Amino acid sequence: MTMEFRKEFFADERDDNLNEIGKPTRRQDILGHVTGRSPYFDDHLFDGLLHIRCVRSPHHHARIRRIDIAEAQNMPGVVRVLVGRDVPRNLNTLLSLLDFGIDDEPLLAETKVAYKGEPVAAVIAETEAQARAAVARVRVDWDVRPHVLDVEEAIKPGAPVVCEVYPANKFIYHGKYDHQKLRYGDVEAAFARADQIVEGRYQMSPIEQAPIETCGAIAAPETNDRYVCYTSTQALFFSLGTAAKLLTMPSNRLHFIGGTVGGGFGGKVDSLHEPLAILGAMLTGRPCKFAWDREEEMQVGAPRGAERWYIKDGVMRDGRIVARKFTGYFDSGAYTRLSSYAIIKGVGHLPGPYTIPNVYADVYCVYTNRTPATAMRGFGITGVDFAIEAHMDKVADTVGMNPIDLRILNAYRDGDMKAHRREAKNTALIECCQVVAEKAGIGLQASSRAASSLRDGGGERARLPAHTAVDQKGTVTGIDTGGYARKGGAAGRPAQPIQMPGFTMPAAASSARPPAPSPARPAAAASSQSTVPPPPPADPANTGDRPRQGAMRFSSISGLRRR
Amino acid sequence: MARTPIVFMLNGSERASFADPGQNLLEFLRRGVGDLSPKYGCGQGTCGACTVTIDGETQLSCLTLAESVAGKHVQTAAGLAAGATLHPLQEAFMENFAAQCGYCTPGMLISAKALLDRNPTPTREDVVEAISGNICRCTGYEPIIEAILAAAKGRARA
Amino acid sequence: MGVHRGRGFAAINYPIGMNLGGDPSQALVHSNPDGKFTVALSSIDLGQGMKSVTRQIAAETLGVPVADVYVDTADSDTGPHCMGSFASRGTHRVGNAVIQAAQEARAVMLEAAAEELEVNAADLVTDGQGNIHVNGAPSRSITTMAACQAAQFKQGRTVSGRGIFLIPLSEVDAETGEMTPVSCFAHAALLVEIDVDDETGEVTVRDMQSAYELGRALNPKLVEQQLVGGAWMGMSHALWETTEPYYPDRNHGPVDFNHYLMPGPGDISPHHISVLERPAPDGPYGGKGPGEMCANPVLPAVANAVYDAVGVRIDELPITPEKILRGIRANGGVKPRQRLARGAR
Repeated sequence: MTMEFRKEFFADERDDNLNEIGKPTRRQDILGHVTGRSPYFDDHLFDGLLHIRCVRSPHHHARIRRIDIAEAQNMPGVVRVLVGRDVPRNLNTLLSLLDFGIDDEPLLAETKVAYKGEPVAAVIAETEAQARAAVARVRVDWDVRPHVLDVEEAIKPGAPVVCEVYPANKFIYHGKYDHQKLRYGDVEAAFARADQIVEGRYQMSPIEQAPIETCGAIAAPETNDRYVCYTSTQALFFSLGTAAKLLTMPSNRLHFIGGTVGGGFGGKVDSLHEPLAILGAMLTGRPCKFAWDREEEMQVGAPRGAERWYIKDGVMRDGRIVARKFTGYFDSGAYTRLSSYAIIKGVGHLPGPYTIPNVYADVYCVYTNRTPATAMRGFGITGVDFAIEAHMDKVADTVGMNPIDLRILNAYRDGDMKAHRREAKNTALIECCQVVAEKAGIGLQASSRAASSLRDGGGERARLPAHTAVDQKGTVTGIDTGGYARKGGAAGRPAQPIQMPGFTMPAAASSARPPAPSPARPAAAASSQSTVPPPPPADPANTGDRPRQGAMRFSSISGLRRR
Repeated sequence: MARTPIVFMLNGSERASFADPGQNLLEFLRRGVGDLSPKYGCGQGTCGACTVTIDGETQLSCLTLAESVAGKHVQTAAGLAAGATLHPLQEAFMENFAAQCGYCTPGMLISAKALLDRNPTPTREDVVEAISGNICRCTGYEPIIEAILAAAKGRARA
Repeated sequence: MGVHRGRGFAAINYPIGMNLGGDPSQALVHSNPDGKFTVALSSIDLGQGMKSVTRQIAAETLGVPVADVYVDTADSDTGPHCMGSFASRGTHRVGNAVIQAAQEARAVMLEAAAEELEVNAADLVTDGQGNIHVNGAPSRSITTMAACQAAQFKQGRTVSGRGIFLIPLSEVDAETGEMTPVSCFAHAALLVEIDVDDETGEVTVRDMQSAYELGRALNPKLVEQQLVGGAWMGMSHALWETTEPYYPDRNHGPVDFNHYLMPGPGDISPHHISVLERPAPDGPYGGKGPGEMCANPVLPAVANAVYDAVGVRIDELPITPEKILRGIRANGGVKPRQRLARGAR
């Protein structure tokens, strides 16, 4: 393994003579790592620590008729068994902190489960072994329902409804469409003019982040009537905000400590452990640990979701791609978590690092009866990049070009207009291609060798298409999924250009507002011997009219309208 | 159920504590004795984060009954340094940036130490073999292999 | 029957940071009376080196040696708000917040020094070694320690600073997808060389040649850690990993490391990395954040190399021996392409 710096590229854009920046300084945390003293969340010892383990659905999709916890509660070492009604506010969507999406996921399912492994109850016991033994004694009366696992099956009429908040099994974008659109130019007209059409279908597999440290949290009552929570989270305040919301607790009664995490890769943002560990500490008055074992981490922990992409390119004989059309399906699993957001990121990325005058995309966030998906390294991009670059190889084959020449021919350059209608800046794809070709001993065309990201961009290539074909396909009414990123939602406040000459930042403009009061249902006084679930949710068509409960959002970020 | 008193040597000093019935060595070391350097990664003997040596042999502490170490010598990553003086492997891991999240590092160091104790001049293949039971999700292994070879080389010189 | 060599190429870019903005991060910086600084964050170090890179950024901005700075993270009682460590936002967002906080603390330190030296603060510079002196007149100097002591014990100033970095939330047009998704892009190109055994379907990665452009490399060794580990993960995604081997079938899901497959230390290949640095105009000291994008080019490059070696297109990940053998059989045998041979044109 070797690593070299190619300082000759972009040298005039850099100051290489700084004191500390650019130096191979040792990691601040390395001494702790090699002496085994770095304090991960589980490296804090508490006397009288209790252990939490969840009762999980054995079915892909089922209604819950009854949960009987009587026998489990009498098992040795069991201190308490929690069910959904013990959670002060048992419904959340992770991005409600950004005012994006509708609360759709309970911490402990009450009326139905929508994936195998979904938690319906939590046992708190003196030892982990006792908790495991009691989990096996919680009896759930299941009414097993038909399930759907394939994204394209799930959006057909008559498919089982996975998540009642989104009755067509599709997330709703901008309160308006059942997919995120990208429309730039007119792909159909360009396909008609193209010399060749190249089509492909690509499937990104679901992937486990697989950090060696599994996800978990330890919570304990602290002095001053607060709770301390040691956590493996990748996002301290995200988890704190989520816990505050689910527990209807002011954020300053929570003291979160983390920051030394045994790998994350995106798998530690879902904030499932902190609320349950704190709830355990609240209801037992003792320190409680809730952590996944390896099996849970692998199959219950949210993976990078599967994605399916269809790509159709219109290509000229000389290798120029004149049109590219995408249809994408993100498998969100049973709930939204972060998939809706990954799609917006992915759509902004299309059509990859190439300048193509006509681009079209329909991308769907689809609910299926599997473990919800979440973030992973390369979030929103890794799957579609696999599709795009495998497709580029097919295009090269079709027109009989060297695959590297094809990339350089179509590469974006400084000043080019991108499909999301912003000019490309700071590009360097061409140079990366040239360096690899040189190292690998692959001869390029003279035009490829002479190409530069700094030249020949802009001008004609900066022009927006004269005509863009738009449509109202997939219109949905009556569902409001929040103001996040919604046009017109920001009350006329335009996105400000970022200016940082000499790294001087604009003055900090705090727009934080106090959180809205959270109208919570009263916490259940004590969990009864068995729980009868409430009736099924109201007609999903009405969910849009349901007043949104006041989330504890960070969203005042942009002065977005609030309901 | 009765708890079992266990007397054993941990990193060169005698320790005594009680083990719960059926308790594994990993939990016993962490919660019973207070040595937090072995880590839980799987509880199934597949990740190597809990690796310790017992009488010089590498063992997975999550699969070892606590009772079985009575009277034996256990070594963990917490005992690698001699006071403030780091073991050459620890120095080499620091120098070679052989850790990112650091969670696999204690187990990795123990596997490496066991290798160097029995084979002070290992080949690259020997190193790969020695750490093949320790999973690292961050580094891609290359810096770890280089660090162990560097430590061996340094030791060979000295 | 035999082993077939193939080469595959892919090139990618990657948007840095949570894509639409609206994701603030804050930092606080303060000095002890002797000029040793603490940076307080609530950001998370999950191995990527957050503590280390923000430490270097703070030291650079303050104008003090890196040994004079420690980063404390993450305690919600002392660390100000941060959205978290994901979306390659850490270096970019938190780094900028740290610069702002360090600039404010530095300004106080220089004012204190100016008062002691009886000069104008605007005329002072730091040497990065713990000294402040009049620009052009190194003899008229004061140590950063003495300046901080004077500030706190004589002048009654707090040598501290606050920083926040926020890219305002942008909007997305429902009709066209028009948006302002990112502030900068990182880039990569990668060529992988593999062997495919047409009897077992197994793929062995022989070599990787890559070029990564990731803005200013704030710490070259931390960058190397990400690129080497990330390419390993990409190779793992391409050939081994999945929670659902027969997706969308939910059966046969691995529950442990015996069945969730990843390449071990004996499966890794040589990787020859070239790093290009085109500074990001809005990144901290031009840094972009290499953590997430480094795996991405490996997945398609391996798929393209399999086609190059045996003529089989595997469009569904992971590329298992089973899929390769089925593909070879469907093709009526191995059909090597060899489009990227050395010296080929």
